[in-house]
Amino acid sequence: FPKGRSSSLMIRVIRGARTQGEERGVIQRECAAIRAQFRQADNGTRSHNLAKLLYVHMLGYPAHFGQMECVRLIASPRYNEKRVGYLGAMMLLDEKQDASLLITNSIKNDLSHSSQYVQSLALCTLGCMGSAEMCRDLAPEIDRLLRASNSYIKKKAALCAVHIVRKVPELGELFTPASRSLLSEKNHGVLHGAVVLITELCERNPETLEQFRKAVPELVQIMKGLVMSGYSPEHNVAGISDPFLQVRILRLLRILGRNNETASDAVNDLLAQVATNTDSSKTAGSAVLYETVLTVMDIKSESGLRVLAVNILGRFLLNNDRNIRYISMTSLQKIVQTDHNAVQRHRGTIVDCLKDQDASVKRRALELSLALVSAVNIRSLMKELLLFLSSCPPELRAHTTSGIFNAAERYAPSQRWHIDTILHVLTTAGGDVRDETVPNLIQLITTATELHCYTVHKLYRALIADISVQSLVQVACWCIGEYGDLLLRGECEETEPVQVAEDDVLDALETVLQSHMSSPATRGFALTATMKLSTRITHNVDRIRSIVSIYGSCIDVELQQRAVEYNALFKKYDHMRAAVLERMPVIDKSSPGHTNGESAGGSIKEMEPTKRTQEVFSYLDMKYRLDAPLDHVTRPGKTLGPNYRLFMTFVSHSHPPQSVQLQMKAPSGDVIPAHGLGQVTQTVLLNNPNKVSLKMRVRVCYTSQDFVCQDTVQIDSFPSPAW
Amino acid sequence: MQFMLLFSRQGKLRLQKWYVPLSDKEKKKITRELVQTVLARKPKMCSFLEWRDLKVVYKRYASLYFCCAIENQDNELITLEIIHRYVELLDKYFGSVCELDIIFNFEKAYFILDEFLLGGEAQDTSKKNVLKAIEQADLLAEENRPRQFFFSLLS
Repeated sequence: FPKGRSSSLMIRVIRGARTQGEERGVIQRECAAIRAQFRQADNGTRSHNLAKLLYVHMLGYPAHFGQMECVRLIASPRYNEKRVGYLGAMMLLDEKQDASLLITNSIKNDLSHSSQYVQSLALCTLGCMGSAEMCRDLAPEIDRLLRASNSYIKKKAALCAVHIVRKVPELGELFTPASRSLLSEKNHGVLHGAVVLITELCERNPETLEQFRKAVPELVQIMKGLVMSGYSPEHNVAGISDPFLQVRILRLLRILGRNNETASDAVNDLLAQVATNTDSSKTAGSAVLYETVLTVMDIKSESGLRVLAVNILGRFLLNNDRNIRYISMTSLQKIVQTDHNAVQRHRGTIVDCLKDQDASVKRRALELSLALVSAVNIRSLMKELLLFLSSCPPELRAHTTSGIFNAAERYAPSQRWHIDTILHVLTTAGGDVRDETVPNLIQLITTATELHCYTVHKLYRALIADISVQSLVQVACWCIGEYGDLLLRGECEETEPVQVAEDDVLDALETVLQSHMSSPATRGFALTATMKLSTRITHNVDRIRSIVSIYGSCIDVELQQRAVEYNALFKKYDHMRAAVLERMPVIDKSSPGHTNGESAGGSIKEMEPTKRTQEVFSYLDMKYRLDAPLDHVTRPGKTLGPNYRLFMTFVSHSHPPQSVQLQMKAPSGDVIPAHGLGQVTQTVLLNNPNKVSLKMRVRVCYTSQDFVCQDTVQIDSFPSPAW
Repeated sequence: MQFMLLFSRQGKLRLQKWYVPLSDKEKKKITRELVQTVLARKPKMCSFLEWRDLKVVYKRYASLYFCCAIENQDNELITLEIIHRYVELLDKYFGSVCELDIIFNFEKAYFILDEFLLGGEAQDTSKKNVLKAIEQADLLAEENRPRQFFFSLLS
């Protein structure tokens, strides 16, 4: 076939291909035919063949060989060929290719063509893919067209100038005079193009912006005309007269009014007028109102106008169209800090949006709700947030729990409320909380001294209901270990007490120990808690002894380590057990990551941060293990709990003397500042009634920058007046 | 506007208009990823999404998705109106437009778009004016077409 198929036929054949391979085959044949046609002399088929090639290109196949054909067709005197040629140029050529330069001359000629439709092609192409070089070359032509041509060409020249200014900002100066006079045109297309061009010029050049401030009254007039005019069939969209132009004028007024009292004053009335007269039932009106709100919030508006703007956003929240609800929330997010009180008034509607079907709307509602939390609304807002948490999409859970904890920390009305809230979160979404939650909660619990009984009751009940949530189980174990005696007493002021026996409590801990759901860290918590109970219960200490002894052969090295040491605590160091396992003192809150600025007073880059004990183990320094390294037991960076201890043991020739008794007091703190800027003291009472000569080895275990360290000191003799 | 894409529910591209200079490779990558993202959206979700550092506005008309990437300062709601205007123009031109019209007459779809938008911005806010201009341009093309050429229907 010498002339080739029509493009419709070719398209039909390509679509008929049943497999990718078949399609490739068809394409190859067609391209070969097209290439052949291109090589021939002008036979009137070129534009059809290029069109076919463009279709093939859109399917994703290479079409470079068509580039020169575009250049040829653009130079053709025939309009239909020019049209396809220019289309081809916009699709196949981009400014990065050399071939694009070849069309510059054609464009130049066509810009002055007698037919406005040919001029239009040139303007469109230049405005779409003109390179900086082409733009520089042709800018004067565009300027000429801006001044002297009909509306059809002027409107296109204006937008072409926009492209030129984006490519070569310096050329902005060239277009400034012409664009000013365009504002007096009546044609909406030209006005629209002029406003877009002026916006571009003002955004790039502060001097130009200063100049155009003088045009504010004119722009206000045009806008007023649009808003207050009657029905104009040509430009009407859902009852709004040319919403496209209105939106662009509002945007320009925003740029001109920013940071300028005079300009802002001049538009205040107009903005109020637009806000009250625009019907927002359809998208067109909402688009105009949206732009109005953006402008009000960005310029120096009167407070009454700002409230009006926020109310518009509030009304948007109630709109049936979810697009409008979404837009409202993104806008509210931007102003929630600066116009907090105004946004608070719409809190109810915002909170309702937490239940929206759309995940992006939900996310926005969450962000806004968290931004609106205050001391006044914390109780009611937290109820909504917790409700949201129970059904929120998985991708939002971590962020929600995080936000809830922050809000609770800042505004908790009482410690009990705070503890309850955290427990609620752990029960609902304990798997999505950050690691620090466990030590943070433990710290909070220790400080709420009057609530220990209440807390341990709540946690015990939670534990026997469900042991799958690790964070919750860890805190529960810790609590039971510390305050288990309060549980067994069977009385509680703040809540219904449980009637449990020692066996029940030990059952609960053992279930955690044995469950395959428990992580190694959790089991560690459970074992330590069990051990601590040995000094808080009276009847079942033997059961604890046997548990501890069983875990002495556990496969898990950490668990084994502890069990062995606890075993030793039972056997050799039984006299010290009570002291070692006694109630923890209130832990000082030294929140990691928050105090860098406060305490250190320096930047986060400080090389030697405060030595901080995040984890210390209940280690006993046993005589037979004095030389064992700690490394294999301690992995840097693992948080096991805010326990810490200093340890001392006796060293003697044979075995520790029975008559000597050791009592360790609580240390004065758990953090030693760096650079020798402070110290921690721990008092030890030694009862040595027989005045035996003693040597002591003191081992201090601490963590520094996530590594567990130890220091050992030997005291060979005590001052004689001591005994 | 940075670009506009039209694609079917199966992800087949029906029109692509780029207003920013990008290599073929980059265009393909963007197209692939964005099409995937939009097709994954559920029917009840809103028309706006944040994608890379751009705002994306999309709307489905019958079997075609109309998808635009706009800049941060651009108004999403008016972009929806722009998309709607373009669909109205196609509908008026083809007479109850459907996807097949866009497939078999893709050059016309481009010509109409290029008469409505220039450099990503609206040239004329009057539907009547745009349609009239296209009509005139079509006449001009018809006049210029060489008469002696006809297709071989049997090949």
